[in-house]
Amino acid sequence: MPDIYLDNNATTKVDPAVVDVMIPFFLEQYGNPSSIHKFADGVAKALKKARGQVQELIGAEHDSEIIFTSCGTESDSTAILSAIKAQPNRKEIITTTVEHAAILNLCENLEKEGYTIHRLPVDKCGRLNLEAYKKMLSDQVAIVSVMWANNETGTIFPVVEMAEMANAAGVMFHTDAVQAVGKIPMMLQDTKIDMLSISGHKLHAPKGIGVLYLRRGTRYRPLLRGGHQERGRRAGTENTASIVGLGKACEMAMEHMEYENVQVKAMRDRLERGIVEQIPNSFITGDLNNRLPNTTDIAFEYIEGEAILMLLNKAGIAASSGSACTSGSLEPSHVMRAMQIPYTAAHGTIRFSFSRYNTMSEVDEVLKVMPDIVATLRKLSPYWDSQNNVPVANPEAAFTPTFK
Amino acid sequence: MWDYSEKVKEHFFTPKNAGAVVDANAIGEVGSISCGDALRLTLKVNPESEIIEDAGFQTFGCGSAIASSSVLTEIIKGKTLDEALKVTNQDIANELDGLPPEKMHCSVMGREALQAAVANYRGEEWKDDHEEGALICKCFAIDAVMIEEMIWANKLRTVEDVTNFTKAGGGCAACHEDIEAILEKVLAEKGEKFDPTAAPIEKVEVEKVKTPLTNLQRIKKIEEVLTSLRPQLMADGGDVELVEVIDNTAYVNMTGACNGCQMAAMTIAGIQQRLMEVLGEFIRVVPASEMKKLVNIQGAGHA
Repeated sequence: MPDIYLDNNATTKVDPAVVDVMIPFFLEQYGNPSSIHKFADGVAKALKKARGQVQELIGAEHDSEIIFTSCGTESDSTAILSAIKAQPNRKEIITTTVEHAAILNLCENLEKEGYTIHRLPVDKCGRLNLEAYKKMLSDQVAIVSVMWANNETGTIFPVVEMAEMANAAGVMFHTDAVQAVGKIPMMLQDTKIDMLSISGHKLHAPKGIGVLYLRRGTRYRPLLRGGHQERGRRAGTENTASIVGLGKACEMAMEHMEYENVQVKAMRDRLERGIVEQIPNSFITGDLNNRLPNTTDIAFEYIEGEAILMLLNKAGIAASSGSACTSGSLEPSHVMRAMQIPYTAAHGTIRFSFSRYNTMSEVDEVLKVMPDIVATLRKLSPYWDSQNNVPVANPEAAFTPTFK
Repeated sequence: MWDYSEKVKEHFFTPKNAGAVVDANAIGEVGSISCGDALRLTLKVNPESEIIEDAGFQTFGCGSAIASSSVLTEIIKGKTLDEALKVTNQDIANELDGLPPEKMHCSVMGREALQAAVANYRGEEWKDDHEEGALICKCFAIDAVMIEEMIWANKLRTVEDVTNFTKAGGGCAACHEDIEAILEKVLAEKGEKFDPTAAPIEKVEVEKVKTPLTNLQRIKKIEEVLTSLRPQLMADGGDVELVEVIDNTAYVNMTGACNGCQMAAMTIAGIQQRLMEVLGEFIRVVPASEMKKLVNIQGAGHA
């Protein structure tokens, strides 16, 4: 069986149809869209079309609300830095403990510069407490930034409701929606969301292209100043081929929205059900009733994620893990810690993320190899009784290493 | 994915000596569950000869933790306890054809499990003396705890100081912002302020020799120079000991991590250079292992 790619929340394959529409912008229409000659005359039109395709997917009211950037991280940085620059008297930011590093590390850095960062905690299912959120909102808050869906567990946050609450308190609202755009329907014009980040490579467009949605009327300061590109809101020559590709990818995501939420979800559901039924001491993390259709994050107790990934990789299956070792840090994923998943399980979490390219037979293949992989590693684990295929009695007491 | 050597993969995919030794009489359990590694090492030691007849491991950890455990059991089987105790984490990493810097702690865990198991066999209590922090310098695998300790111990003030004392930041320089943050934090704790433009701390200057020295004064001076160089060596986990001075040759013992380190020759050259600067005469620094013969000849002369 050919290799199986179940790491679509990390990045996706560029759709061949997307590649096709991009190629002329490398080889024929390679002119600068600002130029007035025939190498460029189709480019501005193509950018306009792409802008419209993005607008359509997220339900923005105007196409001028779409600003093309280089990636999701740039969009996130632009949004937050714009908000604090435009409102210099507001010295607080509200976010969550489970954001992507693009938000968390930026906020940590702003904290050093004197900003107060409120980080909303999550419960054991990864859900936010809106009462606590409401109390944080004040005229001191420059911006709220809450992800639409979590990249590890797929848990969806009530950003539409939270944006309403922020708006009522006179506070700007940004959402990092890189995992949500293209997977769940959205109609931004009916919301109070002021800014939203998109990353092309999460929805079958190439890497190196992103979008910042900026609601008309939102006070804004550019991150990159220079030329007049993107109406002066993001200077720098347009990445024309990738913008065109992203437009096409958005159009295709729109067409596949139902497929994503029915067929892709069915594959995900079958995989996770099959795993927890077959493998003892494994459980799904996050808010099971409110997740992206393509994502499942499963904890395998008493074994470690990187080791699981290496064995999966050997079997031709690509996934990712929240273990410390895969990230090079000494701690397991901040998302797992925020949900108070015990260390012995947090290190053994594996995220499988699907796309419309996956098939049910791939799911069956994973279900075939997964029990053996887990059993192999548990045989090596000091917490596991292989003879009876159960954890050793009272694992935390039975194995008490001298801790560093 | 990590760039693991074929040796690491081999030991991960087909680990040797997995599982507990049934009639073990030495058990070592170490680990750090927060960083996702824990290891139980079980040994069967022959009470007469103290030879490790069998070794087994159980590991909760990543690919390189499992590979390090596996290769450790292979290395120590057949060795006496005293021989086994000489195995360093570097030996474990070498046997695996190297480990990525972020993964060196896996080899450290292996060595510690071994020490713990031997202590357990001998009825001693084993204490872990090393604390591990977040990895700061990936080029030289230096963590935050080490940097903080060196800033405290040596009154370091700048990134350049930290690089001189720990090597951290001496490679790609990407960690300089992190090192500055650590300096800022530690200096604040000491009631000082971090100034990125501060001059590097002055080296412990050993006064240069201007007048002829007696033999005793000369030896004392050489000791003084070695003492001034000691912090750098100890930062690398090593040390130097002056054994004998005969004519213009100083015989030294490189100990700890310096012993057998590929850099030892370079370190000796550095010591020699420093001695010549201070003493103002030609001095040769030679490992004490090359001394025996010479002493015998001298001894013979006196006999």
